[in-house]
Amino acid sequence: MSEVKKYPAPVTNPETAAFWDAAKEGKFMIKRCTACGEAHYFPRSICPFCYSDKTVWEEASGEGTIYTYSLMRKSPTGPYAIGYVTLKEGPSVQTNFVDCDLEKLKIGQKVKVVFKPTDGAPLPFFTVA
Amino acid sequence: MTIKGKAYIAGIYEHPTRHAPDKSTAQLHAEVAKGAIEDAGISKDDVDGYFCAGDAPGGAWPMVDYLGLNTKKLRHVDSTETGGCSYIIHLGHAAEAIAAGKCSIALITLAGKPRTGAMPPRAAGAEADFESAYGATTHNAYGMCAMRHMHDYGTTSEQLAWIKVAASHHAQYNPHAMLKDVVTVEDVLNSPMISDPLHRMDCCVVSDGGGALIVTTPEIAKSLKKPLVRLIGHGEAMKGPRGGKDLDLTYSAGIWSGPRAFEEAGITPQDIKYASIYDSFTITVLMQLEDLGFCKKGEGGKFVADGNLISGVGKLPFNTDGGGLCSNHPVNRGGMTKILEAVRQLRGEAHPKVQVKNCDLAIAHGTGGLLGVRHAASTAILERV
Repeated sequence: MSEVKKYPAPVTNPETAAFWDAAKEGKFMIKRCTACGEAHYFPRSICPFCYSDKTVWEEASGEGTIYTYSLMRKSPTGPYAIGYVTLKEGPSVQTNFVDCDLEKLKIGQKVKVVFKPTDGAPLPFFTVA
Repeated sequence: MTIKGKAYIAGIYEHPTRHAPDKSTAQLHAEVAKGAIEDAGISKDDVDGYFCAGDAPGGAWPMVDYLGLNTKKLRHVDSTETGGCSYIIHLGHAAEAIAAGKCSIALITLAGKPRTGAMPPRAAGAEADFESAYGATTHNAYGMCAMRHMHDYGTTSEQLAWIKVAASHHAQYNPHAMLKDVVTVEDVLNSPMISDPLHRMDCCVVSDGGGALIVTTPEIAKSLKKPLVRLIGHGEAMKGPRGGKDLDLTYSAGIWSGPRAFEEAGITPQDIKYASIYDSFTITVLMQLEDLGFCKKGEGGKFVADGNLISGVGKLPFNTDGGGLCSNHPVNRGGMTKILEAVRQLRGEAHPKVQVKNCDLAIAHGTGGLLGVRHAASTAILERV
């Protein structure tokens, strides 16, 4: 595409501000619960698994594999591929695949995070590793 | 406590329109309310419970006022919003309210006009910043489920196509259906790819319209003139990515709502004579049939193939009105029409070409929201008395 796709800026809130601050530095953060040890995404203050409030920020590797995807071919802004990536750290995250041949995506393929600018904090996307 | 047999569906109405540029959304609600009230043979002033979801302009209190319901008598309202399955949940909640003596004649309405007007916006959830930019629509959210189901179980596009083929066989007899032409597996596979692996004919229609129900006590139902249809089991459930742990998009919340309903009813899927299964997409039907126990997980493809869902041909006649895939999908919410056709089958009022013989047990099941993201499910088991 000749034009750069415009993505909406995150609204952010006190619970998630640290994620977006880190994104500005190119870091992809997840939350981990120090009580049960589980990582989760998107980030919450209270662990969704054990309800402990002992959750801490952790920089993720940004690496993972495609759990599933679907290439949307009928869109006024052009085709795009939505999917879920299962991170090395465990959680699966919803995303779009960018900067790669969308016709050749495969379940199980290795991908890595890339950030795309908005008018606010950048948004995480994934591309073929 | 159980709601088994404590509430009867005494009135039904499906709006014949599929395209209503000259009507308002509230007007469509009033027209379906009037239709169901007249079908039951009651007066609108008898209604003492009202149920509506996010499609009702302004919610419950503006609708109660607009509809001119009897506010001296109205004593129970419920505006549970769970997308397309809201009305199946309302049916269960109405039965609970009736069993608890909180109301005796409940009206449930659905109506809207996505073809000829703006859709009401959906409120943002806590996930908005982390998901909304990625453009999850119905097509690609269900596409993601289909893609993974094919990967895990070898399900094919041909098998999914059989679901549309079966719906089209039924729709040819429905004079109000938007798509009346019988289609083949090849037709589905040759239709344009919308969001991989779903073709255009794997997708439901977009239609204006609506429907309504009157739910009442056994005593009142028996005093009216309609064949007796009662709710004997009900279930509801929700599912989402839940922090991204152990993500599995090959099953829906029906895996929980279904067994809850069957247990309450005291029957099994093998007892069901007719199935209304929400068909926003072909994959929706396949996954729900597995989740409800009509076949094993992963074997839905084999189950739906070769006409097994066609009335008079296969073992499990489904969506004999043509369903969302061919007839209508008012407000992009298929739960109401699923109940309506199940009641018509139990009353013996389905089209003679698709009427199931001796139809005494039926299921109406649906989901709401996005199957590949987060959604609700509800199951109702209905019996002709």
